[in-house]
Amino acid sequence: MNKPENTTSGSVRTVDLVQKGLARRYKAEKRFRRMGLCAISFSLLCLAVLFISIFGSGYSAFQQTVIELDIVLDPSGLNPNNLAGADFNGLVKTALYNMFPEVKDRGEKKKLLSLLSSGAAYKLADFVKAHPDRIGKALSLWVPADDDVDMLMKGHINRNLPETERRLNDQQISWIEALEEQGKIKKKFNTTFFTAGDSREPELAGIWGATCGSFYTLVITLILSFPIGVAAAVYLEEFAPKNRFTDIIEVNINNLAAVPSIVFGLLGLAVFLNFFELPRSSSLVGGLVLTLMTLPTIIIAGRAALKSVPPSIREAALGVGASKTQMVAHHVLPLAMPGMLTGTIIGMARALGETAPLLMIGMVAFIVDIPGGFTDPSTALPVQIFLWADSPERGFMEKTSAAIMVLLVFLVIMNSAAVYLRKKYEKRW
Amino acid sequence: MTPTYILIILLLLSTAGYYLGRRRALAVVEGTGGPKVLHSRPVYYGALTALWCAVPTLFIFSFWLVCESTVITDMVLSKLPETIQSLPADRLNLVMNDIKNLVNGNIVSGEENADLQAAADYYQYLRSLSQGALFVLISVICIGAVSILQNRIRPELRARNHVERVIYYILIACSVLAIFTTIGIVLSVLYESIRFFKIIPVQDFLFGLKWSPQTAIRADQVGSSGAFGAIPVFIGTLLVSAIAMIVAVPVGLMSAIYLSEYANRKFRAYAKPLLEILAGIPTVVYGFFAALVVAPVIRDSGALMGLDISSESAMAAGLVMGVMIIPFVSSLSDDVINAVPQALRDGALSLGSTQSETIRHIVLPAALPGIVGGVLLAVSRAIGETMIVVMAAGLSANLTLNPLKTVTTVTVQIVTLLVGDQEFDSPKTLAAFALGLLLFVVTLILNVIALYVVRKYREQYE
Repeated sequence: MNKPENTTSGSVRTVDLVQKGLARRYKAEKRFRRMGLCAISFSLLCLAVLFISIFGSGYSAFQQTVIELDIVLDPSGLNPNNLAGADFNGLVKTALYNMFPEVKDRGEKKKLLSLLSSGAAYKLADFVKAHPDRIGKALSLWVPADDDVDMLMKGHINRNLPETERRLNDQQISWIEALEEQGKIKKKFNTTFFTAGDSREPELAGIWGATCGSFYTLVITLILSFPIGVAAAVYLEEFAPKNRFTDIIEVNINNLAAVPSIVFGLLGLAVFLNFFELPRSSSLVGGLVLTLMTLPTIIIAGRAALKSVPPSIREAALGVGASKTQMVAHHVLPLAMPGMLTGTIIGMARALGETAPLLMIGMVAFIVDIPGGFTDPSTALPVQIFLWADSPERGFMEKTSAAIMVLLVFLVIMNSAAVYLRKKYEKRW
Repeated sequence: MTPTYILIILLLLSTAGYYLGRRRALAVVEGTGGPKVLHSRPVYYGALTALWCAVPTLFIFSFWLVCESTVITDMVLSKLPETIQSLPADRLNLVMNDIKNLVNGNIVSGEENADLQAAADYYQYLRSLSQGALFVLISVICIGAVSILQNRIRPELRARNHVERVIYYILIACSVLAIFTTIGIVLSVLYESIRFFKIIPVQDFLFGLKWSPQTAIRADQVGSSGAFGAIPVFIGTLLVSAIAMIVAVPVGLMSAIYLSEYANRKFRAYAKPLLEILAGIPTVVYGFFAALVVAPVIRDSGALMGLDISSESAMAAGLVMGVMIIPFVSSLSDDVINAVPQALRDGALSLGSTQSETIRHIVLPAALPGIVGGVLLAVSRAIGETMIVVMAAGLSANLTLNPLKTVTTVTVQIVTLLVGDQEFDSPKTLAAFALGLLLFVVTLILNVIALYVVRKYREQYE
């Protein structure tokens, strides 16, 4: 392009040269531009595919298949004072056999029974405990169906496949079709999913236990990391002298922000569990580990917020006789607070989605009970997702996607809160 | 009188101290000119009293909690009958566990006997005694502190300076926590790693070619000797990270260039937050996506072409990890590209170069150090990423560079070795800490270099 040309005729020649190359260069320009657009489209496409595949496989989990049973609460086997010893399983069985009197064979009876969830008897037990006056009468009760039936009703199992490739055989499908004709099987909104703890049976598993675990963990994280993070940010930004020691702290914080989260899990395992002997799998330890992990994020965001407060505010406060602490506490900190809160919410959102360190401190245990406090064994939402994703049953796949949707809803709420705070209180000085 | 209640009482006492201090300060100057005679505002006298109550008692409280269990255990042990005391240490530990279980009303492993029950009662007695003592001690300290300060509060007491000094030290303590965290990480992984290297020599670990950490439970079992050569694990980590970087660096960089140089305001306002959503999605979701969607697609498309691709291929994990890192690379490069002075661009454009030529020949070389720093940070993130590989990559340590085969990574191994029952003297568990140490050191080096490069680069244009 810029070859040294003979000056006398050079000007004409240069223009020609430039003209000649122009088409090629414009083409290159367009190509480059298109590459940039492609890159962005690729990322957005990935985002779309991710969301579509998760929503597509997860939305059906919000419905649950239930079967109506006509049960006679035979008073001979039901003592109102000792309901725990009653044979509810037997009642459910009889009710189901009565619906299909033509089934006689033992093996067939077993197949028939497998249409019902093992939770059906518990459902009946709960009902009888709540209504002891119904003993001796007949009633019709909707009880959960087995997860295979659930999958069939939701169309995840193809009825036209050869029998050997299905989880349900032809006979079972014919029973289900008979139930469908009688209107005794239907899909309803899945409340179990939002109120139950974990379970080995997909149709009985819920996320409430994991949500509680996540809640307790985040409470610990918040009450520890917010004050400590703000205090550290204030010290480093407002008080710290510029010396080696401060430098070391700064480098440390920046590094901790980039340390893999699983290393924090190792720290928690070695220090909190093995050294301090805090209870394993508890949300207390989970919260402590996540505190250490989110602190750098909060400190860095807090420092940025403090930096954006103009020096004139500080000078004015000092000018009217405030001490340095008063200046910070009464003037700088309130002005920086929205920024700090935004950073804290974002840090909390990250902590909510974090899984790896929780695996290290034993929050992956199979826990059916809803945790009731900080020291109870518990899981957290992302860990629950991990556990379900590992389960082979088809029913857990939609549960996993649904749990992911719930987790994403929480994250969207938190991040929108952060964006709202930033938009509302953002000040340009 | 559980610790929680003691803590609440402690806080209540401190609050009471605050009001008493403030009232005393106002009372002292009553009739001699009111609050303006005081050196500090009345709240500071209250705050000083509260701090005198809270700071020492909080120290005692936490110290007490840490020591209580050990001291009580020792005392109970010394009261046990001779026959039990002469047991070996690990059996003794079991007995102690039984006693604690009895105290907490849990199920006991052995049969209950009178000795154990007596010990449990004694334990219970000691514990309530200790908590009662703690309560009394804390109350006495609080009352003492309040009464001392009630006498010392005078108009010339420099309460504000004292309070500010204490606040200053609290602030320092909070920021020093970062250093303690780092020290804690180093010590905890180092301690267990040293124990590991006492069993398996360092060179065998670093340069060994075979990784199979499953040690046998019985001595005569097949494959009883675990092999701890970590090279296959490192290669697997590098392979997955390399695939991730091949996806993330070009896409992230081009996105950043387009967003900062070409896109109009409106496009930028929509595209940038959308990209950031990718960064906010939890890694466990990516892992599920990789295992559920990407891996089957890759396997099936491989089958179409006649390739035999494992369903836990390095490819699936790497690709998804790359997508996860795109926004990270893009936002870091966006920052550095924006930091290149406009004058450089204007100069190039005025000489007649097209926009893409300006970017390729002027802006990118100028931003290169910053971009390199960002890429290094992204690499360190890819190496340390856990959930995607745990869910989508495999467990078997193959020494291969074929992205269609199953490989395993450092983080996968740490998780599989440590999840589940552990005993802390088998090399299998300790190996996880050795891998953790390595992971920490490598990411630390990458981070330090990257942060240094980025910082130097920023200074260059400031």
